[in-house]
Amino acid sequence: MNAIKFLFAAYIATWVIHASYIGTLVLRFRRLRQELQELGKRK
Amino acid sequence: MKRLFPILAVLTAIFLAYALHLALSKATPTDALQGDVYRIIYYHVPSAWSAFLLFLINFVASVVYLIRRSPKADIVAVVSAEVGVVFCTIVLVTGPIWARPVWGIWWAPGDIRLTSTLVLWLIYVSYLVLRRFSSSAQTQMLAAALAVFGALDVPLVYFSIWFFRTQHPQPVIGGGGSMDPPMLHTLLISWLAFLCFAFLICWSRFRLELLKREVEQAHAMESLVGAGESAKASLPLSRSSR
Repeated sequence: MNAIKFLFAAYIATWVIHASYIGTLVLRFRRLRQELQELGKRK
Repeated sequence: MKRLFPILAVLTAIFLAYALHLALSKATPTDALQGDVYRIIYYHVPSAWSAFLLFLINFVASVVYLIRRSPKADIVAVVSAEVGVVFCTIVLVTGPIWARPVWGIWWAPGDIRLTSTLVLWLIYVSYLVLRRFSSSAQTQMLAAALAVFGALDVPLVYFSIWFFRTQHPQPVIGGGGSMDPPMLHTLLISWLAFLCFAFLICWSRFRLELLKREVEQAHAMESLVGAGESAKASLPLSRSSR
């Protein structure tokens, strides 16, 4: 019964890693779009 | 294409939820020896297979890049390596969490399956570090060469449990291993769901890489225009000074 916590820990860890990676992708997208907008304004 | 992404994202989310439901439901039997903790297999193994597939794609794209110098092949290589590292990280995190209640230890030092997986992860992390921090014109070529040699570790990881005595269990498919049909069904559904998810992440990462290269090109154009203007400005001044 005690082993159940390991099962949930593994599942939660999986989704935390995926969510963190997706978070970095969103941040990188935002930064690049902002940079592209600034470059467009300078022209 | 932009409309297709949210539709696929919703379908993948439903598929992942269904796979999670199957993995945790009583319809998938509990393992007689390990109990419910064995259900980690439905995340651990599909993540490993997805990582192997992504590293294989990275290998093919790197070979294509080395032969044709195709920028698209280079983008596919970097995208598959990065997403592959994410899946490999999950394998290295869920593995010890599973090992602790079953083996009594988090990690078996010297075990060839575990060590070769860690080495595989380190190879692809170094590939990404090389691409991120090297500013040499040869970076893409060096990274492609590293990826070709790095891919040699994939069959070593996969077949290590076939040819060597390890703490890690024997393969569940092939290699003499067997699995209860409902368990196998859930495992394959989970893998398909993870593959759809990996495809969506790769798609997003591909678009990000295109945007990154667009920004780099815009910066290069801006500095070229700036250099041209300053050259023009300095030309009449130098003539009048004579």
